[in-house]
Amino acid sequence: MSAQKDRWVFSFSFLLFCASSIPTRGSARLLQELSPQEYFSSLQAGRASLAYFSHNVSPGAQPFLEQIENSAEALQDYGISVVKVNCPKEDVSRYCGKENALRRAYLFRGNMLIREFPTDALFDVNSIVANVLFALLFNEVKYVETLADLQNIENALKGRSNMVFAYVPATGTAEHRAVMEAAFAYGTVHQFVLTTEATLLKDTGDDESDVSSARLLFCHCQQATDLAEPCRRTAMGQTLTMLNIHRHLKLMGAPLVTEVAEDPEKVSTVHLQLGLPLVFILSQKETYEADRRTAEFVAWQLLGKAGVALLSRDLVDLNILLRSNVALKTPDEGVPIKYLVLEDTDEVITLVEDKNKIEQIQEDEEEEEEDEEEKENNNQDIQDDQVVEAVSRDKKRELPLEQILVLTEETFHSALLETARTVVLFYASWEAVSLAVLRSYTEVADHLKGTQGVLLSRVNCWDWPGVCAKENVTQLPTIKIYEKGERSVMYNGMWGTEELTSFIMLSRVSCPLKLATIDEAEGYLRGEFPSELSSYHHTSLLGVFSTATSEAREAFEEAGSILSGHVTMGMYFEDDALALSRKYAVSPPALLLARSGGRSVEGIALSKQSAQDMVRTIRYESLDIFPEITVQNLPRYLQFRKPFLILFSDGDISQMESKEMLKLAKGRPQEAFVACWLNLKKTPVGRGVLKAYFASMPSLPVLVWVNLHAGGQVFKFPSEQSITEMNILSWLEKLKAGLEIPSSTLSEEDWKPPLPAYDFLQMMETAVPELPLHTSHRCGDTPERHPPESPGGDTAVREEPSQETKAEKVGSPGRDLRGTAPRLAAREKQGKRHSKL
Amino acid sequence: LGLALYASSLCAASGAAFLYHDYCVIGAGPSGLQAAYFLQQAGRDYVVFERSHAPGSFFALYPRHRKLISINKRYTGKSNSEFNLRHDWNSLLSHDRRLLFRRYSHDFFPDADAMVRYLEDFASLLKLRVQYNTAIIHVTLERDGQAWNGHYFLLTDQDRQNYKCSSLLVATGTWVPNVVNFPGSEYVEGYETVSINPEDFAGQTVLILGRGNSAFETAENILGVTNFIHMVSRSRVRLSWATHYVGDLRAINNGLLDTYQLKSLDGLLEGNLEDLAIVKDKKGKLHITLRFYLENRNTSAGIDSVTLPQDELDNFATRAPYDRVIRCLGWKFDFSIYNRSLRMMPGKGNKKKYPQIKPSYESRSTRGLFVLGTASHSVDFRKSAGGFIHGFRYTTRAVHRLLENRHHGVPWPSTVYPITQLTNSIIKRVNEASGLYQMFSILADIILLRENATAFEYLEEYPVGVLAELETQTGRKAPNGLFVVIMEYGRNFSGADKDVFYYNRAVGEAQHAWQSNFLHPVIYYYKRLPTEREMRLRPPDWPLPRPDAVHHIVEDFLTDWTAPNAHILPLRRFLENCLSTDLRNFFAESCFLFAFTRQKLPPFCRQGYVRMQGLVGSEGLRRHAVEAGLLEDYAPTDFPGDRPPDSREGSQDQLLRDHAIPVHPLQHLVNAKDE
Repeated sequence: MSAQKDRWVFSFSFLLFCASSIPTRGSARLLQELSPQEYFSSLQAGRASLAYFSHNVSPGAQPFLEQIENSAEALQDYGISVVKVNCPKEDVSRYCGKENALRRAYLFRGNMLIREFPTDALFDVNSIVANVLFALLFNEVKYVETLADLQNIENALKGRSNMVFAYVPATGTAEHRAVMEAAFAYGTVHQFVLTTEATLLKDTGDDESDVSSARLLFCHCQQATDLAEPCRRTAMGQTLTMLNIHRHLKLMGAPLVTEVAEDPEKVSTVHLQLGLPLVFILSQKETYEADRRTAEFVAWQLLGKAGVALLSRDLVDLNILLRSNVALKTPDEGVPIKYLVLEDTDEVITLVEDKNKIEQIQEDEEEEEEDEEEKENNNQDIQDDQVVEAVSRDKKRELPLEQILVLTEETFHSALLETARTVVLFYASWEAVSLAVLRSYTEVADHLKGTQGVLLSRVNCWDWPGVCAKENVTQLPTIKIYEKGERSVMYNGMWGTEELTSFIMLSRVSCPLKLATIDEAEGYLRGEFPSELSSYHHTSLLGVFSTATSEAREAFEEAGSILSGHVTMGMYFEDDALALSRKYAVSPPALLLARSGGRSVEGIALSKQSAQDMVRTIRYESLDIFPEITVQNLPRYLQFRKPFLILFSDGDISQMESKEMLKLAKGRPQEAFVACWLNLKKTPVGRGVLKAYFASMPSLPVLVWVNLHAGGQVFKFPSEQSITEMNILSWLEKLKAGLEIPSSTLSEEDWKPPLPAYDFLQMMETAVPELPLHTSHRCGDTPERHPPESPGGDTAVREEPSQETKAEKVGSPGRDLRGTAPRLAAREKQGKRHSKL
Repeated sequence: LGLALYASSLCAASGAAFLYHDYCVIGAGPSGLQAAYFLQQAGRDYVVFERSHAPGSFFALYPRHRKLISINKRYTGKSNSEFNLRHDWNSLLSHDRRLLFRRYSHDFFPDADAMVRYLEDFASLLKLRVQYNTAIIHVTLERDGQAWNGHYFLLTDQDRQNYKCSSLLVATGTWVPNVVNFPGSEYVEGYETVSINPEDFAGQTVLILGRGNSAFETAENILGVTNFIHMVSRSRVRLSWATHYVGDLRAINNGLLDTYQLKSLDGLLEGNLEDLAIVKDKKGKLHITLRFYLENRNTSAGIDSVTLPQDELDNFATRAPYDRVIRCLGWKFDFSIYNRSLRMMPGKGNKKKYPQIKPSYESRSTRGLFVLGTASHSVDFRKSAGGFIHGFRYTTRAVHRLLENRHHGVPWPSTVYPITQLTNSIIKRVNEASGLYQMFSILADIILLRENATAFEYLEEYPVGVLAELETQTGRKAPNGLFVVIMEYGRNFSGADKDVFYYNRAVGEAQHAWQSNFLHPVIYYYKRLPTEREMRLRPPDWPLPRPDAVHHIVEDFLTDWTAPNAHILPLRRFLENCLSTDLRNFFAESCFLFAFTRQKLPPFCRQGYVRMQGLVGSEGLRRHAVEAGLLEDYAPTDFPGDRPPDSREGSQDQLLRDHAIPVHPLQHLVNAKDE
């Protein structure tokens, strides 16, 4: 390790030296001028020199001489002296004599002539240095012309040493010189091979490069074992300069993967020193082998571009995310190491090849993570139940519950006896709908504050399940009204403050209420009697019976008990009932129906009806003919399962429209359709309905026909027509005839689960694949595979003994006596060891 | 039919001098009285035979040191009587609030005398028909095609009085002491008779055979006065907090483990008791040797010729002589009174102390014979609580319900609910039900779906081992699929050698709920009832075969599974996906919108709003729903004119997005179980 380092320091200083010498080149006169005698006597064995013989300066040789002079310094670095030999005029010796010789340069090693160069081969410093070194390094740098030659050399090198293969388009170029200079330094380490044949470059598989530029490939033949396969090659990406080749060879020489067991911030390798990034593959004991393979794979991909180190997390206390698997250290000072979570090796390579991408990848990654998370849980853990969410958001608010008595198992029965009417809300403190109703219930309590004879109370079924079970509360929430010592009524209306308040108030009055005088009966129809109900808008029903019609009266009373709380029912059967029936033109038994404070009273004849029929009749008759539809009353009209003819209006409808619609509604019984109107001011959700029907908000008022229960088509009454009974009727005829095009059709879609559930079954199978979940299932499906008398389940049981049998096996390995004593002894030894501690 | 049968059996009884009852219960211990209570409530003809003069005779003697190890938790912070039974391990089930054990003892680990008093009161206050001083000494069968089960049970008591019954409920417990025979076992004192006065052990060296609670209880009593105590048993000690089995060594009895592990004073040894031999020397000291050595010696020679292990192995663990050897090896079922025709067979392996029974608690070989109470523990030995009062009070009720269906045409009690109550029903039960909690993995609630999944029928605490026979056993039909609600510990969490305190043992997030380790509810979904074959082939350690879907409600530190987002929401999603419907709740306003804009309505609107029971909701709640982006506010704004619809939509989306930012729960609180 240290030797390697030394060598590296040496080469690096050598490089520096080369580099620093470049600017000074030419400034010093290194060209020696000697006489032939002096020259030949100065030649030392093994020392190379380049000599140029001249008589006097011939004009043609002048530029050549300049070049050779310039190259002197460069060549001196390689121990080659450059000498200009001044031939005496009379000298006709071998080198000085011939005119020809004067146009040449001669390379000597010692006094042996290695090569003579024509001056046109030495046209500049590069060519001089390249050619001179080429000649000197004849053995170190093999020149090949054919692929066969190259392969021969390669094969010969396999398992022995590495090869540097260089292609230069021509000799004597700067690239050629760089290769030669590198060969001078590394020639003994690697086998250098040079070619100028472009076909060879192609044959080595380097198709992409164009033949006009030089290439250098490092062939890893030393580790190559397969003779049939060419050695693995690493092309040098940069231009062929001495510095680049040096760097490249340095990197090729560095260990493929460095094992690191220290803080990565402190780690330094060749790569970092040469300005390349260092990639850490973060490993741990369990995955070491796999990580090592990954590191090697990545290292091969990044060879020459970055270093790869394998960092054992187990040995280093890293304060980083456990899931980080790659770290990147850049050579720049002060840039912290980046820890990343990458998925495949390609990402590592891209990371290095474009350092700028690092940030981007990190960002992408974060986004991806989010995406993944989103994909994974799909917002499953986000509450999408409006009631639950609304109640959760309200849970910090303290409810004004002081008006509502808390009942327990102990107090329940006694509390019921204290007040004439006890309203009990059965709820569960964890259940959202219950809690929503509890909020309305507090508002009811507020409304009814000070009302005599009504006690509002509550039972939390989570605290007192016994009470709730005994009171037959199977659904939460439930409201029951207990009359002192008597029956109880279960509330079955809307869970709204208004509806519940009204129900409680109406239930206070007996239903039906026996009216004693004709004045009372009249007052009752006007809504003035009983006075406590005068502030509650309601429909009043008065049953008029003669003394003879007891049967109908009994049915009416029974119907009253069913409808208690929803309507008020009065009953008059005094002797002067006839006067009342005459006034309203009915004959007893009959019903008088007073809507909205007695402004209109209708008479309905009662034939022989059962209580149930009467309930039905009353419910039907108490409906409005042309109602304003609201959230609260819609269900009453939905039950007819008929099309709706709705007039949407922003505020009250005009008298004219009201009159026309009423005419229309009166003419048609509700069996055909429900005519109604909707006040968008009062029922803003109507806008949502219109939004669903029409692409854009239509001008108001708008009349719409909806086949709610048959086909779901929505038709819009032409806005240019005025809303009159006639126009509507003829429009309806056209609808029936199929002459109108629906504006939209209501979705028929089923209510599917809004989001998927966690698939624990699949998670179990993925996490514990040996779980014989599937197997057992398949066994069940294909009984022929297992004869029934030896079911496969038995084998499964045998394969995986239960805890206790395992434990016992461990606890009692042998039954023979010899086994016992040593075991007892072994126990004792353990005890001893313990006592020493 | 019942009447006719009754009449005919009366005739038979008078003819053969038999006293006839539909049900005979042997034993007036906790399970016998519990069975009597249910039979009495149902108005059945039954009698309980008790050999002693009072109920619970076992508790009059045992445990010898009088401390019950079943907890009597008087305070739970809750008033829910069903929930409180989860931590009341001594009370039997009854409607009488006076018969709660906390009225009988203030001790967390009560005295056994309190149990005796409790059982006496239970029998007398409820006027249970117990025939005391009647020891059944023989049981045989009389074939009769007319009988419920093709035979009658003929019982004979110590006075040769005969009784005849259609159904026999065996509640005799396990009371026959386990004895080992080895050379010198005559020197061994039994747990039944050993002195409980610590003074009698002063300065003595004691060897205890056995490693159960009775062994440790005995050791605990004399720990302070002995020289040292050694305990020897075949298997390693099993600590109940590691195994999650209440029958293993309880912390209250484990004082000896302290002195062993801290001071190497007392000690535990593993060895096969049958290999042992005890030799008494002239001074009356007891030496431990091996049967092996004894068999090889000259029988006529005295103590000196006996090879002791320390002769060969001079550091043999039990080389020191003992003053006393006490046997505390537990109990087994009394098989002796049954005629061979009943084929009452002992179980296999570690269950040999119990008779073989089916998961329905009926004898494997004799129809109509049910085993109740401790003796029925083979069903869940070393797993659940079926061998203990707090467990078998529920299995006894289950047996009674099976019998009511089988013999009296009374189907298993059930309640039908609309599908909107499905999530609530499950949440209610997993939070308060005691039977599910005590008899985890054994008793399960069954939810039978009605056609089109509009309603369901809820059956409580059915023995899950006979799930395949559900229709015949309960008289309920399951043609449209079912849910099974059960409670489980994490697989591989419990065990004698398991570290139950490891870091991150508690799961905090609902999406990892299947990895929960502590007792938590699990819901299995089957599209059809599993067959007997599937039950038999279920994966080992699974209470049930592979379901079509399964849901785990994530374990909870407070065992309170009512959190809207962590518990109820994932459960709702699971149920929705099994039933392929939308089980969300909606305010009336939403239902109104759906009624006008969709041809179909979600179940909540269909079963509530359309039936005039819509959830109107207060203005405050509406506002919250709008803020959450779950309800659109159509109310016109202050400025006149229509806003462009887009802007409204945008704001809605914004709300939704704001809401959608996942709120990361406080990890350290979620995982509080780790701290």
